Amino acid sequence: MSSATEHATTDVAHGHDEHAHDDHHHAIPTGIKRWLFTTNHKDIGTLYLWFAFIMFLVGGAMAMVIRAELFQPGLQIVDPNFFNQMTTVHGLIMVFGAVMPAFTGLANWLVPMMIGAPDMALPRMNNWSFWILPFAFAILLASLFVEGGGPAFGWTFYAPLSTTYSSDSTALFVFSVHIMGISSIMGAINVIVTIFNMRAPGMTWMKMPLFVWTWLITAFLLIAVMPVLAGVVTMVLTDKYFGTSFFDAAGGGDPVLFQHIFWFFGHPEVYIMILPAFGIISQIIPTFARKKLFGYASMVYATASIALLSFIVWAHHMFTTGMPLAAEMFFMFATMLISVPTGVKVFNWVATMWRGSMTFEVPMLFALAFIVLFTIGGLSGLMLAITPVDFQYHDTYFVVAHFHYVLVTGAVFSIMAAVYYWLPKWTGKMFDITLAKWHFWCSLISVNVLFFPMHFVGLAGMPRRIPDYALQFADFNKWISIGGFAFGLSQLIFLALLIKACRKQGEPVSDQVWEGAEGLEWEIPSPAPYHTFDTPPVVK
Amino acid sequence: MKPLFKKAVAAISLFASGAAYAETASKGDPYQLNLTNGVTDISNQVYDLHMLMFGICVVIAVLVFGVMFISMYLHRKSRGVKPATFHESLKVEIAWTVVPFLILIGMAIPAANTLIAMEDTSEADMTVLVTGSQWKWHYKYMDREVEYFSLLATPQTQITNRYEKGENYLLEVDRPLVIPTGQKVRFLITSDDVIHSWWVPDFAVKKDANPGFINEAWTQVDVPGIYRGQCAELCGKDHGYMPVVVIAKEPAEYEAWITEQETAQRIAKEEEQRLLALSMSMEELMAEGERVYMAACAACHMPNGEGIPGVFPALKGSPMALNDIPAHIDIVLNGKTGTAMQAFDKQLTLSEIAAVVTYERNAWGNNTGEMVQAKDVNDIATGQ
Repeated sequence: MSSATEHATTDVAHGHDEHAHDDHHHAIPTGIKRWLFTTNHKDIGTLYLWFAFIMFLVGGAMAMVIRAELFQPGLQIVDPNFFNQMTTVHGLIMVFGAVMPAFTGLANWLVPMMIGAPDMALPRMNNWSFWILPFAFAILLASLFVEGGGPAFGWTFYAPLSTTYSSDSTALFVFSVHIMGISSIMGAINVIVTIFNMRAPGMTWMKMPLFVWTWLITAFLLIAVMPVLAGVVTMVLTDKYFGTSFFDAAGGGDPVLFQHIFWFFGHPEVYIMILPAFGIISQIIPTFARKKLFGYASMVYATASIALLSFIVWAHHMFTTGMPLAAEMFFMFATMLISVPTGVKVFNWVATMWRGSMTFEVPMLFALAFIVLFTIGGLSGLMLAITPVDFQYHDTYFVVAHFHYVLVTGAVFSIMAAVYYWLPKWTGKMFDITLAKWHFWCSLISVNVLFFPMHFVGLAGMPRRIPDYALQFADFNKWISIGGFAFGLSQLIFLALLIKACRKQGEPVSDQVWEGAEGLEWEIPSPAPYHTFDTPPVVK
Repeated sequence: MKPLFKKAVAAISLFASGAAYAETASKGDPYQLNLTNGVTDISNQVYDLHMLMFGICVVIAVLVFGVMFISMYLHRKSRGVKPATFHESLKVEIAWTVVPFLILIGMAIPAANTLIAMEDTSEADMTVLVTGSQWKWHYKYMDREVEYFSLLATPQTQITNRYEKGENYLLEVDRPLVIPTGQKVRFLITSDDVIHSWWVPDFAVKKDANPGFINEAWTQVDVPGIYRGQCAELCGKDHGYMPVVVIAKEPAEYEAWITEQETAQRIAKEEEQRLLALSMSMEELMAEGERVYMAACAACHMPNGEGIPGVFPALKGSPMALNDIPAHIDIVLNGKTGTAMQAFDKQLTLSEIAAVVTYERNAWGNNTGEMVQAKDVNDIATGQ
């Protein structure tokens, strides 16, 4: 990226001064009001990130319940109905409460700083899109405590299990998903408007950092598919409570229709959770390889191709539903195609490293782990695309292994890489490197003990979403659970590190922070002042 | 851990050399690492495709990670390497777009061929209608007068860890599906309530059972044996307790079995009519009723009759079990549309329904003292 700027850096550092000459910069309110009423992209980014981390721990605690029950065969700790609530709410929280808000938080912090904008384009909407989220999750979590318990039909809420056969609390689930959807759409609109209108002079499209590019494409995906999710949950609501029959054959509907609509949202949703990760990795690898990204333009085109293809592959989640042969063929071939642009990305990262001058700071460690482990998840995805074999893999632990490799060691690892990469810029202090390395190595080892054996039990025939299993699967499940507990505990190291960082402990860092870092965000002071780029920089 | 380690080493070395991992894991092998080879021509094809895909993926992974790790070793700053400045190469980008595309075509062709064979359900020798419901399978032989339900046979005492678990824990049923070897058996698959999925890994058959729609699948098993699978689509509370067991028998043996079943089912129907004239005592009704209740009702209404509040209604102290007897019999016979309450007219005999209704009206302190006889049930069933 061309990153020469002409602004005076002193000019951007005046935000803390209440007598500043720009009269729209009021004093930063203190206490709870600062966070409740803030329209500052950095504050909102921080709120999103902390919210996502808390949800990650809550959803993780549910995973611990699941793994404790599955530690050995038989029913020990929970009953099957509660087990199903745990798998369902774990999925919903991790997707909508942890991964998506974390990426939105990163977008808030980074997009304005990367394109030389003073803030997000729609700051009040930005505040609103964050502050409705805690209510959405309060409703969802509260549903666990009403009579009959929370949603127990899987995060994919297939009808008619979620309609005729669900518990009375389903309306709470529907409304909380509505609120999450509204929040995501508002966040996406904000990102798009900001990127379109507020780029600094000279920041042309093909000079934008890849994180900005991938988030722009992600935002369009969000706007395209979140309304589809809102539609399908509303249909579930009216089928259950108002006598419609969208998904009930007895009234002229079709339960498989639900799956088509859901996955028309659900597959692009998968890319919503991975495209920003691609952006993050594309920022980090060049920094620590001290070498330009190998194929910037092809990375942009590959991202766009993945986004477009994501709209025509949804039914690969539905090969066993009894689709016509021609449809099975189409969705198999279209799905296989996605591996081409995804491969282009991986090859480009490796080519960027080749003949670079690499160092292995913590963000780089997470980024390298991402490339290897995400690729493993991608390759098992390619295997799943093959319809005849998918009949065997479908709804087994092989699928669970696949999507945890792409979402945990993919999306979540990329978020951790991003936090370690930009945290010194946010706080002005280097994080505790010893703790960070402990966090990395403990996570890396435990996550593989957790998810790798899932491939084996899945291939051997263990279905997913079961609270109890045949004796054949007992040994591996024990290992999986041990890996799960270890991975959960490892995240407490991260918590300790983040608390230390927020207390501004650590060595002060330079403006550039990392030796090879390039881009506008590395030219402003560390810590990043409350207001940046009041005067837009000129990018050459 | 030794067997696991040995298996892993064996598997890795075989994969690495590109040879197919031909050893079929024995039944219930706790260290089974790979997909089952299965016992049908289709399942073998599927296994081969799986191994082909796996092999290609391993080769890709080794190449990509190999280059990456070599780079991580050679191109480190600590070795004093100065970074190169090359970037952007259209030729390279085109190469690593086109080559994977060609590999994909190589995968797609055999996959399409197998898929076409799997979906060809024509010219079947016989047909079985498979109907899922919460949480059991029903098999109906379309060409014969035989139909029955197939329920989990593992006792609750094993599930709740009071007794040691048996060899086929959770993979055993009271009445398995029986099919002949060497014949093309077509399955029509549907559901009475939520979506289930009928899966036997050894046949590579997994097909969703959708309420209101009928899916087709087929298999031809050449090796006699017992083959076990499970429901593969989340179908509610007891999704994990809905196994599939199929016995493949030699055609002559199968013919003898199905003829015997036809006779037995005919005699049972006659017997049921004969029993209408007989009355059972309260003790008999309660003992039989408890047995039926635990098998057919307790999954939802719970063994203590208290149900799961907000999900499944309680019977203990409920107006349904205390007041109107005909309404009580009717809901057991015909179920209640729009709820999870199933119709039990096909699942239970008249005397079983009489017993279970009596049990529900007198257990857990319901103490109505009322008895229901098979004749009362028959009157409601026939609309008298």
